Amino acid sequence: MTDAMPVGDRKPLAPPVDETGPLGWARKNLFSSWGNGITTIVLIAAVVWVLSWFLEWALFTANFTASTGAECRGGGACWALIREKFRYIFFGSFPYEQHWRPLFAVITMLAMLVLSADRRMWNWRLLVIWGVGSFVTFLLMFGQIHIPLSLILFVALAGGGIGLTLRSALAAPSERMAYYALVAIGAAGLVLRFAGVLPSWSIAIAPLSYVETSLWGGLPVTLILATYGLAFAFPYGVLLALGRRSNLPLIKGLCVGFIELIRGVPLISLLIMASVMLPLFLPSGTTIDKFLRAQVAVILFAGAYIAEVIRGGLQSLPKGQFEAADAMGLNYPQKTLLIILPQALRVVIPPLINTFIGFFKDTSLVLIIGIFDFLNTANQALVDPNWAGFPGEVYLFAAFVYFIFCFSMSRYSKYLEVELNKGTRR
Amino acid sequence: MAVTARDLSKVESVIQLKGVNKWFGQFHVLTDINLDVKEGEKIVICGPSGSGKSTLIRCINRLEEHQRGDIVVHGVTLSNDVKNIEAIRREVGMVFQSFNLFPHLTILDNLTLAPIWVKKTPKKEAEEIAMSLLTRVRIPEQALKYPGQLSGGQQQRVAIARALCMRPKIMLFDEPTSALDPEMVKEVLDVMIELAREGMTMLCVTHEMGFARAVADRVIFMDRGEIVEQNEPEAFFANPRNERTKLFLGQILHNH
Repeated sequence: MTDAMPVGDRKPLAPPVDETGPLGWARKNLFSSWGNGITTIVLIAAVVWVLSWFLEWALFTANFTASTGAECRGGGACWALIREKFRYIFFGSFPYEQHWRPLFAVITMLAMLVLSADRRMWNWRLLVIWGVGSFVTFLLMFGQIHIPLSLILFVALAGGGIGLTLRSALAAPSERMAYYALVAIGAAGLVLRFAGVLPSWSIAIAPLSYVETSLWGGLPVTLILATYGLAFAFPYGVLLALGRRSNLPLIKGLCVGFIELIRGVPLISLLIMASVMLPLFLPSGTTIDKFLRAQVAVILFAGAYIAEVIRGGLQSLPKGQFEAADAMGLNYPQKTLLIILPQALRVVIPPLINTFIGFFKDTSLVLIIGIFDFLNTANQALVDPNWAGFPGEVYLFAAFVYFIFCFSMSRYSKYLEVELNKGTRR
Repeated sequence: MAVTARDLSKVESVIQLKGVNKWFGQFHVLTDINLDVKEGEKIVICGPSGSGKSTLIRCINRLEEHQRGDIVVHGVTLSNDVKNIEAIRREVGMVFQSFNLFPHLTILDNLTLAPIWVKKTPKKEAEEIAMSLLTRVRIPEQALKYPGQLSGGQQQRVAIARALCMRPKIMLFDEPTSALDPEMVKEVLDVMIELAREGMTMLCVTHEMGFARAVADRVIFMDRGEIVEQNEPEAFFANPRNERTKLFLGQILHNH
């Protein structure tokens, strides 16, 4: 072996010509044998046939301009129906001349979601984005928002408390004083308010006419149910997952019980319970908005599923990570927030987004209790006798809108996986 | 030859174990362990696998809970009191067989995490301490990389630096070189020897007998959950008294 060239001096050989270029690729991947060649040709023919049939129906012979259903009949797809009904499908029974409000509410929510998808926003900015975004969304939808004094005081108390717990190590003395002041004002105010010393008072922000939730419909309803459902279900699910792994038998038992109970019943039964049975248990006279009840049902349901997904992530972490954090003297909240969750959540991004996508679509089940989400308004658009007989077009359109949202989430999941694993894998 | 020539009997005890017993279910892992560790003392614990040596040092910072007996670390008796446990963990650094660096944080963040969150050290100061320790373990240039990008030996040196960042009074090593490729063992041992020469109190579970000879004040041999024999390294290796010790030493020294 004395005449062997050192590896570093060897000239790299070009790959064989027949394996490069589009022709080489096709030969290798599509026509590598008789069987493969035939399969390729048959599949291409099938795709072309289906696609040409679909395009013929959906585009070339479609009717975009008819003014009644009768004019539409006989040709291809009747997109004129969508043209006629799209405002109802998107916004439901919201007062017609006020449709700009749900439109801007949807735009606000989308902006909020897109902004919070960016990793650089994952700090205090996220709170600002969601605070402002939610306020604008609900102000547009309701038209008027009344903020009672007790809520303001509670927010002051909670804000000060959270500031103190999270920033106690890093805050300057002046900042810490501000938190203490917030807590003191909030606590004292709440006590005085409940003792009856402070009057019942609220800030009224009422630039627009009030629109109650029973008139809401279409895309904003689906988006609100899904966005806030998942936004609240996620932290709730994290707590449930942590509780399920707790050493304290009572906490563990409660979490396991809740998760198994919720997973054991269909979402529909939970929605019906929230809409029909809950009012029976409430003292007469008190009512909780039906929309809010559906929202809470979605949160509880999604929370249980998210908890199980996150538990998978927690279990995938090696024991050494917990031990190292313990050995360094980190306390439980520090260990959980700094070491365990960042790693566990990374692992479960694909199944987590999968759950999110599932719940985005599952919100359509609220039609059972008479809430007009996007699929339900699409359904209602079919009822018009003038336009009877075109369910395909309407459902295809609804499916297309759902697909845009779900596909975006799926792509985002992919991006997030790559983004979060940058540098951490060899 | 041991590094410290001073008379250890006059030095204060920093760790005391009195009649410590522990069971895993029905299995009796630690039987009546009595151990007194003086300040600055370096102890090497060896023994066959399953003899309870890792469990013993893991009891000292409460990664494992003992069921009978007392463990006193720096005057604090270990109990179920979380504050007590956290106080002891601040004083006791630990290095694991599998490094256990946090893979989602850079090397620098791995080092500064505990000083910032546990000791409330200002971030800038914590980073200065971290960089000086990384220089001491000879890998300051890796500070901004992630653990997954480092070799095993480098990761273990980072783990030692991470433990030292808390300025511990005692260091526990749980088989620090067992998971390393042979050519990386020396770089880690060198760092440990340096640390020993600076006077750190060390308890080290290891089969590196060369290390034991170089720095240990005392070598402890454990088998079936008991301390079978302990002695100064020269005497321990030259004249093991117990049959089990002889058998064990015969097996591991034969392989070296």
